[in-house]
Formats: sequence, C-alpha cells, structure tokens
Amino acid sequence: MHPVLKLVVQRIALGLLLLLVVSMLIFIGVEALPGDTAQSILGQSATPQALENLRQTLGLNEPATTRYFKWLWGFLHGDFGKALTNGQDIAAAIGQRLGNTLFLASCAAVIAVPLAIILGLVAARYQARWPDKVISGITLSTISLPEFVAAYFVIYLLTQVIPIFQPVAMVFPGMSFWAKLNAVALPVIVLVLVVLAHMMRMTRAAILNVMESAYIETAELKGLSPMRVIAQHALPNAIAPIVSVVVLNLAYLVVGVVVVEVVFSYNALGQYLVDHVSKRDLPVVQAVGMIFAGVYIGLNILADVVAILANPRLRHPK
Amino acid sequence: MRRIPLSALIGMILTGGFLFCAIFAEWVAPYGYDEVLGKVWESPSSTYLLGTDTIGRDILSRLIYGARITIFVALAASILSFSLGSFLGFLAAVRGGWIDQVLSRLVDVVMSVPSLIIALVLLSVLDINLTVLIFVIGILDATRVFRLSRAVAMDIAVMDYVEAAKLRGEGQSWVIFREILPNALSPLVAEFGLRFIFAVLFISTLSFLGLGIQPPLMDWGGMVKENKDALVYGKSAALMPALAIALLAISVNLVADWVLTRTSSLKGGRGG
Repeated sequence: MHPVLKLVVQRIALGLLLLLVVSMLIFIGVEALPGDTAQSILGQSATPQALENLRQTLGLNEPATTRYFKWLWGFLHGDFGKALTNGQDIAAAIGQRLGNTLFLASCAAVIAVPLAIILGLVAARYQARWPDKVISGITLSTISLPEFVAAYFVIYLLTQVIPIFQPVAMVFPGMSFWAKLNAVALPVIVLVLVVLAHMMRMTRAAILNVMESAYIETAELKGLSPMRVIAQHALPNAIAPIVSVVVLNLAYLVVGVVVVEVVFSYNALGQYLVDHVSKRDLPVVQAVGMIFAGVYIGLNILADVVAILANPRLRHPK
Repeated sequence: MRRIPLSALIGMILTGGFLFCAIFAEWVAPYGYDEVLGKVWESPSSTYLLGTDTIGRDILSRLIYGARITIFVALAASILSFSLGSFLGFLAAVRGGWIDQVLSRLVDVVMSVPSLIIALVLLSVLDINLTVLIFVIGILDATRVFRLSRAVAMDIAVMDYVEAAKLRGEGQSWVIFREILPNALSPLVAEFGLRFIFAVLFISTLSFLGLGIQPPLMDWGGMVKENKDALVYGKSAALMPALAIALLAISVNLVADWVLTRTSSLKGGRGG
C-alpha cells in the first residue's frame, strides 16, 4: 500500500475509534453520575410504584451496557429515541434544525476563511509595521472575548448606534434565500469575528515561519517584489499549515454556534441542546452532544488528513 | 528588578481593582445587590452610576457583588485544575509506563470534544450548584494543565539532579514535589493566568446559557442574560456586565503575557 494512503487510513481508523470511546463516555459516563432519570422526570414527590413503572417503560432496569449498545445501534441507524419531556421523535426534531445550524455555520465560514487568509497575508507582508500592528491588535482583543460578549457588542453597535439590523434572527421554512441571508447577517458577523482572530493569527504565523527559509531569501535577493515572493514562493509551502488551521477553526465554529444561536434566539441545533439541558432531557442531550462531538472530531480528522496529503515529503517516499 | 511595561502595569492595576471590589464588596458597593431601588432600565445617572437593571436594581452594586462569585468560582476551578492537572502530569512523566498511557489517552479523549459540549452533557444530569460547577470546569480544564505539566516534567525528569535524587534513594513524592515542582513552577505560573481567564469565560458562558450560577446568586454572565432584552429597547444595561467580563479577561491576559515573556527570558540567560 502507498505509505500516504496507509497513513490516511490509519488516521481515519483512529478517529473512528475515538468517536466510539467518546460515545461510551457520553452514554455510560453520564449513567454513572449520581442522578436518576425517572426521579428527575417525575419529581421528588413521586411514589415508588410510579417510579418503578416509568423505569419499566423507559427500559431503565436493564444493565447499562445493554442499553448502550441498543442506543448506539439506534444512533447509527438514525433512530435517536424519543424526548423525555414531550415524547417527540428526536431524529425528526434534529432534522428540522440541523439545516439552520449548517446554514449559519457555512455562511460564517464562507466569509471568515478568505478574509482570514487575506488579512494574514497582509499582516505577514507588512510585518511589524502599522497594517500588521492594527490587524494584530484588533484580533488580539477579540480573541479574549467569549462569544456572547462579542455578540452583544456587535448587536449594540449595529442595531442601536448604527441601526441597520434586527437584534433577533428568525428563520422559518418557506423564507426566500435572500430573506434568510438577511436574517442571519448579525449572527454571521459575530461568528466571523470569533473565528477570524484565531485563523488570521495562525495564518500569519505559518507564513512568517516559511519566510525564514533560505529559498525566500534567494527570491528576495534576485529582486522579486515582496507580494510576489509571498504569493509564489511562500504561500504554496504554507498551504498545509494554513489549511489545517482553517479546518481546526471550523471545528471551533461548532462551539461558537451553540452560544450564538442562544443569543439570537435562532431556532437550530445549539438552542435545542441548551433548552434540553435545562429540562434535563437526557436522550436529547446525548444525541445532540454526540452530533456536535462527531462533527468536531470529523473536522479534526480532516485537518490531519489534509496535512498528510499536503506534505510533499510523505507524497514522494524514498 | 527591571521596569514593568505599561501594558502589564495597566493589567495589574485593573486586576487588582477587580480583586479589591470582589473582596470588599460590602463596603465598595453603593447599594445592596437585591435592593429594588428605581424604575426598570434607568439610564446611568449620578444616583445609579451604571443605571438600573430589569427590575430596578442598581447595576453597579450587582456588578461588584457579581465579581465576587465570578472570580471565586474561576479561581477555585483554576486552583483545582492546577493541583489535579500538574500532579497527574508529573506523575505520568516520572512513572511512565501504563500510568502514563492510561492518563494520556484519557486526556486525549476528553480533549477531542469541545469542553462546552461535555459540560452541557454533564450538567444535564448533575445538580447545578457552586461545587458541581467548580468541579466540572476544574476537571475539564485539568486536561490542558496535564499536557503542559507532563511535557515540562518530561524535560526535567531526565536531568542529572533528578537522577542523583533517585540514586540517593528518594521516594516518588520527594522527586515530584522537591525536584520537579520547583523547576517547573515558572512556566506553570504563567499558564495559571490563562487558565484563570478560561475559567472566567467558561463560567460566564454557562451562566449566560442559564446553566451556571443559579438565582438568587448572580455572576456577570447571568447578569448579561437577565438584561439581554434591554438592547431591543436601546438600553445599555446588558453591555455593562459584558464589558466587565471583557475588561477582566484582557487585563489578566496582559499580566499573564508579561509573566510569560519574563519567565521565558529567565530560562535563556540568568545574567540579564
């Protein structure tokens, strides 16, 4: 087998194993904690008989491992069970909301990725001069803000100081694409702000790292313009680190989305998760948590695979 | 001692101010934290310096009392994550073998999922109270301290003086606490600042989501949540606690940054 293919297969297998272990953690780890599902549904005043009946119907009397495998089997087949609070099918509820989350996250990604790379290039080109200082200064201050704080600053600025947007993002089925785009403008701006800083700083660092090499000095000495040195000589060699930075930050979007959806009362997966944590609806939390974890791990695997593929030393084995 | 740069000085003064307010809240705050004084969402005035909140309580007083809870929880969580993370990290580095394998793989698994998602899953089962919050944040954060302290201790564990101590017949705890700990302290101290900020942001985010500090206690994240509707009416009430979180995070960051550069230059040359 080609060594690169072997590495990639190894990495993916490792990722799948990790996913399995995480699923055990989310299911069995949570079971082991103090707290009784039946008790939390019926409340403190429930009679022992009522508790016993509920445990029977929910299958809580079976051993945890049996329930884990049933759960995993169902999960792999798109059957997430029913919500404890209202008895609705979880898969259907997730299906309605997943699209909204993906729409929000992909809008943010489409803007943030090119912007971060361009700003990173500019900062590297004018290193230690004013464009670099301005860009680095702004990103450094946004990096230390939690998502919801950044969100409220943006809301205040763009709905009160300069009133151009609505402070809530309502999306419902049947809206036209442009209306949807307009509705998510504010949350997208916030998400872009949150991931932009990390992405731009890592891009800058990756390019500056390449700029130290001898062949860059040669290119400079033979009289190429600085922008051309970066575009033709530095960028191709910095692609691997930049791509993995981009993918890692897309994974970071996964967490940002949860908080931002709550801020804007945006009806999607993150809001659904947070709502059901406070209702203590364990099956919903486990299913949605598992989806978020899966996307996060998946993106991390992708980042590693891209890094492997982009490394010329691995592509041409001796 | 060399001069302290301006940024670090500003950071120290602000951090000190926050700490002072948190400790002496009873004397600093103009009103009690649950006194209903004025109308809903009054604008800042000379009576209520930062205005009033959703049921007419003084925002400044609530901010000052809230600082106590935010800082206490964050501090307790980062102390827990440090003692747990660095002890296990040192242990893994010194013992190696299966202890190292088990601990490292466990940390890999926990770190492969975003902390917020794990915290949400845990908090859907556990009773939400101060102790549980401190433990959840502290343990999740300990994974990062574990990685750092294990890496630092790995470098120290191969030094001659550690070898000498082992040959002398010193026990495990002597090697960890008397040989490795003093030498690993400076990078760990700089990291403490960053972990503290992380804990502040984490507890604020949880409270904002309604899953952190529960009323009648309140912290800054919870205050943003309480007052978030004010923005729709053009009032700035929700911005004040948000600003406080941002200011605390940035000022601790400035100090931690300075400690980091200072300690790393110390390692390079002692003469300077």
